[in-house]
Amino acid sequence: MSVGVPDLQKLADSIVGKAKSGEQIEAYISRGGETSVRVYEGEVEHFVSAQSEGIGIRIIKDGRTGFAYAGTLEADAITEVLAEARDNIQFGTVDEWAGLAEPDGVAQIPQKFWDDELANYPTDKKISITKELEKLTLAADPRVRAEEANYEDGWGETAVATTTGIRESGRGNSCYVSVSTLADDGDESLTGFGFSVGDSPKEFDLKKAADDAADRATRLLGATKPASKLVTIVLDPYVTSQFVSILSSVLNGESLAKGRSLFADRLDQQVASAKFTLVDDPTNPLAYTATDIDGEGLAARRNVLIENGVLKKFVHSSYSARRMNTKSTGNATRGGFAGSPGVGCLAMQVQPGTKSQAELISGINDGVLIQDVSGMHSGVNTISGDFSTGASGIVISNGTLGAPIREFTIASTLQKMLLNIVDLGNDIDWLPMRAVGLSLVISDVMMSGA
Amino acid sequence: MTKTQTAEPLVASDVLERVLAKGRSTGAEFAEVYIEDKRSTSAGLDDGKVEQVTSGRDRGAGIRVVSGETTGFAHTSDLSERGLLAAAEAAAIAAKQGGGGVNKVQLGAVLRHSVNTVKISPDGVEKSRKVDLLKRADAAARSVNSAIVQVSAGYGDSLRRILVANSNGVLSADDQVRTLLRVSVVATGDGGMQTGYDSLGHTIGFELFDENDVEELAIRAAKQAVTKLSARPAPSGAMPVVIKRGSGGVLFHEACGHGLEADLVGKSASVYRGKMGELVASPLVTLVDDGTMTAEWGAIGIDDEGHPSQRNTLIQDGVLTDYMWDYLRARKEGRAQSGNGRRQSYQHLPMVRMTNTFVLNGTQDPDDIVRDTKHGVYIAKLGGGQVDTASGDFVFGMAEAYLIENGEITEPLRESNLIGNGPEVLKDIDLLGNDFAMGNPGMCGKDGQGVPVGDGQPTLRVRSLTIGGTAA
Repeated sequence: MSVGVPDLQKLADSIVGKAKSGEQIEAYISRGGETSVRVYEGEVEHFVSAQSEGIGIRIIKDGRTGFAYAGTLEADAITEVLAEARDNIQFGTVDEWAGLAEPDGVAQIPQKFWDDELANYPTDKKISITKELEKLTLAADPRVRAEEANYEDGWGETAVATTTGIRESGRGNSCYVSVSTLADDGDESLTGFGFSVGDSPKEFDLKKAADDAADRATRLLGATKPASKLVTIVLDPYVTSQFVSILSSVLNGESLAKGRSLFADRLDQQVASAKFTLVDDPTNPLAYTATDIDGEGLAARRNVLIENGVLKKFVHSSYSARRMNTKSTGNATRGGFAGSPGVGCLAMQVQPGTKSQAELISGINDGVLIQDVSGMHSGVNTISGDFSTGASGIVISNGTLGAPIREFTIASTLQKMLLNIVDLGNDIDWLPMRAVGLSLVISDVMMSGA
Repeated sequence: MTKTQTAEPLVASDVLERVLAKGRSTGAEFAEVYIEDKRSTSAGLDDGKVEQVTSGRDRGAGIRVVSGETTGFAHTSDLSERGLLAAAEAAAIAAKQGGGGVNKVQLGAVLRHSVNTVKISPDGVEKSRKVDLLKRADAAARSVNSAIVQVSAGYGDSLRRILVANSNGVLSADDQVRTLLRVSVVATGDGGMQTGYDSLGHTIGFELFDENDVEELAIRAAKQAVTKLSARPAPSGAMPVVIKRGSGGVLFHEACGHGLEADLVGKSASVYRGKMGELVASPLVTLVDDGTMTAEWGAIGIDDEGHPSQRNTLIQDGVLTDYMWDYLRARKEGRAQSGNGRRQSYQHLPMVRMTNTFVLNGTQDPDDIVRDTKHGVYIAKLGGGQVDTASGDFVFGMAEAYLIENGEITEPLRESNLIGNGPEVLKDIDLLGNDFAMGNPGMCGKDGQGVPVGDGQPTLRVRSLTIGGTAA
């Protein structure tokens, strides 16, 4: 993104300029704002208008790393952060691979991250859009209530500078609307949600968000708990996105270096069905998490991770790359100014198949369409590979959708699930998550219920 | 609890008065200033190396203005009077367009509430001593077994000073000190890798490590990983589940805790709405949420709306007796707050949250509970969970579990989730032990905000829960 925010870049440069002999310094600065509108029963429940800023400084000397941050850009705080980071160096263990990224000559692919129309969008229209979304949702189905309708937008500016020659700054803004719903049938209440994202509010599809939210809340009314058995599952695009995101930990070069990847020693081997090709490509502007640089300021790039089921690559930051005697793949991640970079996939994409979801379902005798999962954080272990999540969905029998079911789990291992991918849909959905969505068919998954 | 006055608040009272008046300048009936100044230190060890010590400082103010049903909110990291007034104006405009008027606000002395006494403030402790804890944990975990191939350990402490003032005259302060250590272990064997985890955290200072043994913690995590190397796949289907004391308060956190939060009840998004006075659980169950529970992870002197923390009985002998409340929801119902208005930081709006949530002792000998179970699962350590409060369906993970066969704990099981429906599971608790213990420190997420919470329970049995394993 090169230098796009001169004042932040200047500040970052000035901190890096304070490096003492033998020190590597990285200064990461961000500044941003947000607007959040929540509507309930036709009234604004809350309106949040806020700005924040902060700085993180990382210093490496003689293989030891120190870090400090502050949620302010006031001069006295920055001085304190620099001193604290420097003080923290002495407590680190010497790590021969410790170091900052160095420019690697890979060119950035320019993308559009800023929308002037959004930046100048009037407040009263943000409120009226949110009210309209609630109204459309209530109109979509008489059984549906709206728990909350939200409009959110945010803008951010970041700058990074290092003694190794990284100098990058840029800005971006984004917005979305979402609505949470409840549907009642007698004693039973179920929940749903819908959303729409866009570069600016004029790209919102409020009707679709409302219809999705109504459909999600009502489609499981009357659902029963199924009996336990081995089944073929079809993951809805929204669920596939969550499933694919998990693979980021498994393909993480730092996990590999530290002996925590269940795919260690499996490079160039078959780890998934031959139908499965996984690419991390933040340079694709269709991806919600598209970016031009990674968390260390290197150019983001396209990496093929699994090709026709064969493991081709782990993703790396400059640190994990040095440890594994390879080059950064531009996959440093960063949660903001308060932390050091980590490693992970940035925008995961699965090569689609040729069939629609309906066509996929028509070929299944005994299965379940999984429309939602819960407990991904508590039931999936990316080190052992054990996979177990709560689920809800619709029974598939003889190629057709039947009755809704809920309060059951699906379980297997990540290793088996990847190998048991039977087919993929052509229904690519660029969801606002780290991985793309599409329908995914996986065989031999244990459904546990009554 | 102690109540004392102090001479040095984060922001002077006369400034707060002017900021609150500015907040109400558009005619709003309520304004609130929340000031936070948080210093934290963390250190991480992984792969045998102390990777990094981090120092953090977060400081700022959140200003909330309520006009009718609308809340306006703005936050700023600028604690000067100018910065605070600008944020107050933004919040006032957000709450109400137009209007006008001046509303004088008068504050008394700062009431300082504290439920914990800190013997050794972490910011006075050498960082080298903090790092040393990690090295000790690493060494202890690795000493357990040659199958241990990786250890990561983390230390964290924070000193969070908060000051809350509002136009109703509330002016309260609290200094919250939390100290934490966690250890994650990877063991490897013929069947692949397995993991172990344990943590220790209290709302106290560095004396945490005088009162608890770091080596013991690390060894527990390591043994958990090693034990799981020989684990067999968890079963599938519904069966009796015995949950060890202090390992599974998260069951109640998910099965009913969230559903008893008044903001969700108020929007009829809880399966427990309209159930006040009704039997919602087994008569064995008395559920309490208690922010005053000294030194526990969810302990707070005041909540993040300035209300002193308190002990609230939510379910008494199976009967629903109360929900949990924050300012807005209590105001709407014309009742008292319950000290459950919490927020992640000054950048967030408060909402109804749990503190320390636990089930009181029953009468059974825990060994008898296992002996009485012919076939089932014994859970020694639960993982996280998630709930849909409207349907009551919830899941939670089992991080360490065993089969029960003929009244005895036998083989270890691989990890899986369990799934159940809150109201059904609460009624299905048929045995409750007399061995109450609090569990591990937890972080509860709701609407994008994380707050520290505690949980606890005696050993208990649920007659039937669905285990999400792969074995037939």
